Amino acid sequence: MTRHSLQIDKNGRLRHFLCISGLNRQLITEILDTAESFAGVTQQSVKKVPLLRGKTIVNLFFEASTRTRTTFELAAKRLSADVLNINITQSSTVKGETLLDTLRNLEAMHVDMFVVRHADSGAAHFIAANAAPHISVINAGDGWHSHPTQAMLDMFTIRRVKGADFGALRVAIVGDILHSRVARSQIHALNLLNTGEVRIVAPQSLIPAHAESLGAQVHHDLQTGIKDVDVIIMLRLQRERMQGAFLPSAHEYFELFGLTEEKLMHASPDVTVMHPGPINRGVEMDSEVADGPRSVILEQVTHGIAVRMAVMSMAMSRKEGDTG
Amino acid sequence: MPAIETATRILIHGGRVIDPANNVDTVQDIYIADGRVIASGNTPQGFTADMEIDASHRVVCPGLIDISARLREPGQEQKATIATESLAAASGGITTLCCPPDTYPVIDTPAVTEFIRLRAEAAGNARIVTLGALTQSLGGEQLSEMAALRSAGCVGVSNALQPLLNPLILRRAMEYAATFELTVFLHPNDHWLANEGCAHEGRVATRLGLRGIPEAAETAAVARDLALIEQTGVRAHFCRLTSGRAARMVARAQYDGAPVTADVAIPYLYLSEIDISDFDSQCHLMPPLRTVEDRQQLRDALQQGSVSAVCSDHQPHEPDAKLGPFPATEPGISGLDTLLPLALRLVDEHSIELADLIHRLTAGPAKILGLPYGSLSVDATADVCIFDPSASWQLDSSTVRSNGLNTPFMGWEMKGRVTHTLLAGQLVYALN
Repeated sequence: MTRHSLQIDKNGRLRHFLCISGLNRQLITEILDTAESFAGVTQQSVKKVPLLRGKTIVNLFFEASTRTRTTFELAAKRLSADVLNINITQSSTVKGETLLDTLRNLEAMHVDMFVVRHADSGAAHFIAANAAPHISVINAGDGWHSHPTQAMLDMFTIRRVKGADFGALRVAIVGDILHSRVARSQIHALNLLNTGEVRIVAPQSLIPAHAESLGAQVHHDLQTGIKDVDVIIMLRLQRERMQGAFLPSAHEYFELFGLTEEKLMHASPDVTVMHPGPINRGVEMDSEVADGPRSVILEQVTHGIAVRMAVMSMAMSRKEGDTG
Repeated sequence: MPAIETATRILIHGGRVIDPANNVDTVQDIYIADGRVIASGNTPQGFTADMEIDASHRVVCPGLIDISARLREPGQEQKATIATESLAAASGGITTLCCPPDTYPVIDTPAVTEFIRLRAEAAGNARIVTLGALTQSLGGEQLSEMAALRSAGCVGVSNALQPLLNPLILRRAMEYAATFELTVFLHPNDHWLANEGCAHEGRVATRLGLRGIPEAAETAAVARDLALIEQTGVRAHFCRLTSGRAARMVARAQYDGAPVTADVAIPYLYLSEIDISDFDSQCHLMPPLRTVEDRQQLRDALQQGSVSAVCSDHQPHEPDAKLGPFPATEPGISGLDTLLPLALRLVDEHSIELADLIHRLTAGPAKILGLPYGSLSVDATADVCIFDPSASWQLDSSTVRSNGLNTPFMGWEMKGRVTHTLLAGQLVYALN
């Protein structure tokens, strides 16, 4: 079993969508192009296409989420699929058995797709490897590993704002890289799109070991880290990082790594500011920046629906007459 | 003791006898009577064999001693039992197994030791020795009754993989163990630095988003333990080293005269962090697989002898234990079936000489455990392993004898196959 063969079928089509690494540039460009075609749908007065009519999609969330689950649900409904939301907070029972049992029970209800979020890295891979052959699995976030639809909606947003030539772009990702599945997926996607420069900016306590091997330059200083960049992606900082001795205080973090209008002066004059949400105002960034003209944070949310429609329809379209 | 064929006088003839304890590597005959080796080379006067074993083109060596094998009994019989695993040991040429104290209940009373001894005797396939718990229930707080455990037959004491957080308690446990000349078996892994991780903190864990265990979790623990060993004078053994740096720290301490030994487990000599790349739960080990460089440095340490034993670190599981997202699966590999063939591959790969390898599988661990086995000396207990070094076979579900099929080596072509195993002069395994 390799990651490649797990999410791509023998014809090079998307079978599951589990992580960005293992995909190729052609495929992620296809996802972006497909999303572009769906972006129009979400702006029509009748916001539905019949692509997945009669299909049943299960949002299987083992971890709390509002935004991601909602946009997946909307995306599925706009594709005319039936949607089942199942929220399972981790119980004290043996996780593996629970997960596999849950899976088998849902399979017995003849569903077509699982959208999975789980606190353990590798959970979506595990489910994809063990699900019945007709079922597609979309990873909606596994541990610190991967959140590929978030990364794709971010790429979609960058492409819309900055154009398709990623080679001309400098992108900085700022914040808690260590615990971030979003950052890992973004770095992979940016590299697949041949982005000119990918930087990560954080104190060393929030940078994973050998982070440069992910394909990013490591910076510990915000000013130099965002110097002349075209895109800044701010990551959410969880409050519990203070308890884990990763940081002394939210105050000092904001002083050093929080994004303000003043610090933004170091970036390119037409810099775009992004955030996967939800924002901690006054921790990662000033409200002035979040709500300012450079921010595309709400566009990101809107684009999330089109991108998820694209991924879902691509993974399901493969099924028609092709079981490979 | 049940044996597949009862004989009191056995002749093993024509084999290449490798007996590192006696510096022997030559073709000669071995004569066994009443459970003991009575001669090698020349026929003792008046010897007539009840049974003859033709060992030509085969290697005859002392029965292997596996310094760490979890047999899952008592407490986890859904995974394996003493009967099933001792049979797997016999078919792998292993005559002595050392069982760590983390059974259920924990080996912190003579009763549990006695239970295991009786089960092993009933099964009769291999000799099983035990490590007693260093602290009660392995809780890391109150000392176990080590004198009683020693009297009951425990060959050492250990807190297994359970943390011993308070260095003062470790110091006193070492002092108390030293009182009874018990060796303390240490698993160097700093609980706080390990931080509930499940993989080596390095490139692969970073990419997969797995919580990492830094090398410093091992080296910081080795440093602390070495300081306390020096302070207390206790004889100590480091179990399952995973990093080259820790192996060098132990070698340095040995050079300085510290009474310390160390072992490695065979999977760490073949696998590395790279093998978990696909979230392969079969490669989920504790402590974690480290880098390719560490793997090479562990091989070097084994060759040089600062690491004087190689073990299976056998941990059989039921299939469900490995079915889940990587961090949620149970760590460990089923290893009894592959200890010898994987070890022999090291010789093929020119990592170690055959005689040195046999030493690390016999006399080396015997010395660590303080056992009078692991040699073919005249008058020694006749534990013998005979194997065909050139026989090829494939590891698959039909060739694995252990109850645990959890091994990432499934499908590998193995070279070297045990043909006979003698335990105290009784034939306990013969290849059909």
